[in-house]
Amino acid sequence: MTIGTSRRPALPFAITAERRLETPRLLPLTTTLGAVGVALVISGFLILLIGGDPIASFGHIIVSAFGSVGVLSDTLVKATPLIFTGLACALAFRMRLWNIGAEGQFYLGAWGASLIVLAPVVPPGTPGIVTIPLMVLAGLVAGAVWGFIAGWLRARFNVNEIITTLMLNYIAILWVRFWVFGPWSEGGFQLSRQFPKEAWLPRLTDLSSVLTVFSGLTVHLGLAFGIVAAILVWFVLKRTRKGYEIRLIGDNPQAANYAGVNIRRNIMLVMLASGGLAGLAGMAEVGGVVHRMQDAISPGYGFTGVIIAYLAKFNPLYVVFAAIAFGALILAGREIQPAGIPSMIQGVILFCVIASDVLLRYKIRLVRR
Amino acid sequence: MNPEIILAAGVASGTILLFAAIGEIFSERAGVINLGVEGMMFVGALAGFKVGVDTGNPWLGLVLAMAAGGALALLHAIVSIHFQADQIVSGLSLTFLGTGIALVLGEGLSGAGGGALLPVLTIPLVSSIPFIGKVFFSNQSILVYVGYLLVPAAWFWIHHTRPGLHLRAVGEYPTAADALGINVYRLRYVYVVFGGVLAGLAGAAISMAITPGWFANQETSGQGWIAVGLVIFAQWSPFRALIGAYLIATIRRLTLDLQGPPDFFGIPNPFYVYQPSTFFLDMLPYVLVIVVLVIGSRAALRRRLGAPAALGLPYVRGERGH
Repeated sequence: MTIGTSRRPALPFAITAERRLETPRLLPLTTTLGAVGVALVISGFLILLIGGDPIASFGHIIVSAFGSVGVLSDTLVKATPLIFTGLACALAFRMRLWNIGAEGQFYLGAWGASLIVLAPVVPPGTPGIVTIPLMVLAGLVAGAVWGFIAGWLRARFNVNEIITTLMLNYIAILWVRFWVFGPWSEGGFQLSRQFPKEAWLPRLTDLSSVLTVFSGLTVHLGLAFGIVAAILVWFVLKRTRKGYEIRLIGDNPQAANYAGVNIRRNIMLVMLASGGLAGLAGMAEVGGVVHRMQDAISPGYGFTGVIIAYLAKFNPLYVVFAAIAFGALILAGREIQPAGIPSMIQGVILFCVIASDVLLRYKIRLVRR
Repeated sequence: MNPEIILAAGVASGTILLFAAIGEIFSERAGVINLGVEGMMFVGALAGFKVGVDTGNPWLGLVLAMAAGGALALLHAIVSIHFQADQIVSGLSLTFLGTGIALVLGEGLSGAGGGALLPVLTIPLVSSIPFIGKVFFSNQSILVYVGYLLVPAAWFWIHHTRPGLHLRAVGEYPTAADALGINVYRLRYVYVVFGGVLAGLAGAAISMAITPGWFANQETSGQGWIAVGLVIFAQWSPFRALIGAYLIATIRRLTLDLQGPPDFFGIPNPFYVYQPSTFFLDMLPYVLVIVVLVIGSRAALRRRLGAPAALGLPYVRGERGH
């Protein structure tokens, strides 16, 4: 492939692209980091263009996300749901199954976990050792069911999962709205009553009586769950037969088919697992941070999961780091005006990262004429 | 609950979906999926509204809305055609980008109906046809009429002209098209950008004609995504897109009307008695899209119809074709 050849050469050199036979080991990392760098420069120009101060904006992000132990802890709290939604997307995308529905699965997971406390499934006063595992289970199942609907439709009727997962997002948000405006509404407000302390995921600050340095730190058990989940997904993908099937389907569905892999069953299974992971994100958010159910509980964690999965090149372990970076962006973004800037930066980053993939497939060279 | 009024409203707001879906049909017929429709619509809605407010000239707003949609689509074209990036993700990032840009530039704008409006027309003679005249030809925005003309024009272009043949060739079998001297890259660029122009027009239809005003992040309410789903239901045919667009938009409108009356024929209206239950009504359009997709996918399997063969696959000149 040659880009920019014309009959009369305007430049003293030509840009040629040769397909790479193999990708150097460190290249994916360097191009991704380079792409993020380029994206930040472009975003800076965009902020400048609309009359903002890019240096101040980025400086603000760094300081208000990593400036002290306290805000670092807040960054990790924001990163927690993103680890789960990032894993949900990475797992599905690895099979080239486009689950864009992590947002809806997040809502369902949050709803399922709330159901345990608000229905209530367990009587008031039940100790946390019983309540919390039940909430985890409910969040997992509710998210998994929501993911499974799209997976089943894809496997059974060959319905495009991108559209169904997106539509299910809207349905999930309205479903939660029904509960917080209706049966669970407290005093006519669009939120439920606060969960009892037994239903709160333990936080570091709860240990401050033992270790005073933990005082005020909001990091909760969900982060530990997230890291364990990342390792688990990594292990399944890289070290098990099921993971091999998933990767094979993603790389070459025809070969997988000839090899006797049941593609339909894997589609349903992966959507089940993917939805469950996103559901855990919702559980972690209501159980660890908000401590109640409310309308608009996610500022787009499910969609940011898509970007995180791409940034991590679908590697579950990298997802954790990408999630922390985006946790910082979201945390600091709350105070950045206008409100659309974080979404804009996310778009630019994703664009640059996928555009940079061309460097992995081709060797771009300048050739003297 | 006057059926004429509900259908007329459905046709009006169905025009938004129609523009976006026709644009996506052209893009996908050329072999490029663009999932950025929502983002392009958002930017189109913003550009149309803002320029309309600032200059007082709705036509200028309309043109700029289309240009803005086309410009975003060009970005998608470059990344997915020349850089051979994954079209799905490129489109998604376009939605992020478009939504972000629109919200940033729309900061501080507010209000319903504040902008310049496109004219509303009643066509003489045909509007006096009973029922049909009231539904299709009375007090509709000029864009609704553009929609009527666009559908047969798009169909004719795709199926009965030489450029339309080239368009289909590029989407079905780019290697062969290239061998016959058709410039695959150029045509893909043209139709992706054209798809963006129509998505921008759909956005302008929201903010300047059908539901005038700027409602920040409520502006498009997922209609871009619905349009993408509609294309699959429509089997890439403009006429089926028209049916789907009007149907879904009518249901959206009907869900509003169902919330009003305290009772139906003496039976208490549950949506009136218990307000939160109206959220189930709001779900209907999205459920309908899924149902319609299931029907469309089954028909596609049965009749062996389907997506353009090279849809979603980057074309690389000189490499083994698809």
